[in-house]
Amino acid sequence: MAYKDSSDLLLRATEFIFREARFQDEHQYDDWEALWTDDGVYWIPANGDDIDPEKQMSIVYDNRSRIALRIRQLHTGKRHAQAPRSRVRRVVSNIEIGESGEQGVQVFCNSLVFESAMRADTLWSARTEYWLREGADGFRMSRKNVFLTNNDQALFTLAFLI
Amino acid sequence: MSITQVAPDVSGLIQKNRVHGSVYTDEALFQAELERIWYAGWVYVGHESEVPDKNDFVMKSIGPQSVIMTRDNTGRIRLLQNRCSHRGNQVCLKTQGNARAFTCPYHSWTFSNTGDLIGFAFPDGYRDNPDADKKTLGLGSLPRVESYQGFVFGSFAPTGVSLKEHLGGAAETLDRLVRTSPEGEVEITAGFLKHRAKANWKFILENECDGYHPAFVHSSIFSVADSAIGAYYGDKSTALTRDFGQGHTEVDLRPEFRKADTPMRWFGTTEARLPEYVAAMKAAYGDGKAREIMIDGTPHVMIFPNLFIAEIQIFVIQPISVDETIQHVTALQFKGAPDLNRRLRQQTMGSVGPAGLLLADDTEMYERNQRGAESLSPEWVFLGRGEQRERRDEDGYMVGHSTDEVPSRGIWRHYAELMGA
Repeated sequence: MAYKDSSDLLLRATEFIFREARFQDEHQYDDWEALWTDDGVYWIPANGDDIDPEKQMSIVYDNRSRIALRIRQLHTGKRHAQAPRSRVRRVVSNIEIGESGEQGVQVFCNSLVFESAMRADTLWSARTEYWLREGADGFRMSRKNVFLTNNDQALFTLAFLI
Repeated sequence: MSITQVAPDVSGLIQKNRVHGSVYTDEALFQAELERIWYAGWVYVGHESEVPDKNDFVMKSIGPQSVIMTRDNTGRIRLLQNRCSHRGNQVCLKTQGNARAFTCPYHSWTFSNTGDLIGFAFPDGYRDNPDADKKTLGLGSLPRVESYQGFVFGSFAPTGVSLKEHLGGAAETLDRLVRTSPEGEVEITAGFLKHRAKANWKFILENECDGYHPAFVHSSIFSVADSAIGAYYGDKSTALTRDFGQGHTEVDLRPEFRKADTPMRWFGTTEARLPEYVAAMKAAYGDGKAREIMIDGTPHVMIFPNLFIAEIQIFVIQPISVDETIQHVTALQFKGAPDLNRRLRQQTMGSVGPAGLLLADDTEMYERNQRGAESLSPEWVFLGRGEQRERRDEDGYMVGHSTDEVPSRGIWRHYAELMGA
């Protein structure tokens, strides 16, 4: 695929990430799920950013069917950890384009996520790595890796979409 | 030396089928629990497979304290306190590694992985000082360390019952667990998720063998995930709750698995999906015994006060304060069973930890329990479910229906003994 220039790619990636952030903040589960490719993998490692998820425990390591299961559970209204739903607002910044290849284009960003829930308010921080692939209607995520800044610590429940 | 001035009196707070809400919220009681439970009896610390080689170490905990589990250069497992004998600095900051010695970063005192003080920096300053005796200035260490089926427990009490006596009837559940490996050994190698809850540790302890909640707390995942687990905790289930005494409790799902009479049903799968594992089991145990093991599955047992074996994973409960607890959780791995282990990791990752499809909901309940307990009325928590239908099994242990509160009553009876009620 050819991009007109790097600023066009950055703009399109930024639009995608902002849209994904809004779907997550507003719990638009189906719209968010539709952003995934059929082979999408959603990974949130624990105990560092460089563990092997095939060998070590991760906070989330969902293949496409488990992403769908997670969404179906949220839709039941009885996912107690999200009933009532957390109020969530995130700021996404430092968007940079990485490599590109057959799996799509690699995009990085930082995010700060403020969660208000019954337990307390919690501030989450992450570096996120996307692999975005061109589809008929724009980008889709084939991979999303969320490197929580405190993933080596004991974490409170994280049941909203991050 | 203890700084607790007045030991709280729990005698009026724990009755045969109810406990007072303040047992979950009283700060003084939490301090007394540390002294009488966590720093006085057997507590699970780690597994031998986490320090497989000489000089390996891994950071563990007992209550709010960190404990370094080492395997010294003779192969013996030690539990050391992470506190320099000089001025109290932490001597080890890594979560795991291999080291013959730990050097305190503050003034460079160096300790071997047995806890002995090897050397002072600038030793002239201690020469001819009779109190600067290296033999008396080692790291603190737990006076008793014992393991059973590879599970390492420690006790701060220099004397008392042996680990085997402490485990009592629950020891058999660990025997049952390791048989799921064709080599008869469990391994803990997948790293731990650490899930923090704003709740008292006893809400978690009691929930582990509470078979009444799954139908409600986990209905969301049962309804969308084609799971058979829900039926084991239904009104018509033949599964049992059991009180082994000494605070150990289980949910015994074998009656349901034996009724189904299908190998690997306990793990929600079939023999056909795990051909290598099934072949290894038959080779190790013979066809008949292997079939029996693969029908019965692994236990669901809560070993007081902090080791929960939940069929496919283990949880280690770490109390931090009266209203905060960390659940450390990882997939069980069975030696000689790589295809089973891969599925165990995948299932565990989906189920537990901060984003787990099951445990996030349990943990939500723990935190609501804690907030609920702050309300003063009604003062009591009622634990009488199934009291009128509980009975003794052939081994003399109290058993009840899978949804009955036999485990909670057993936990509290033991707790009352330990707390001097």
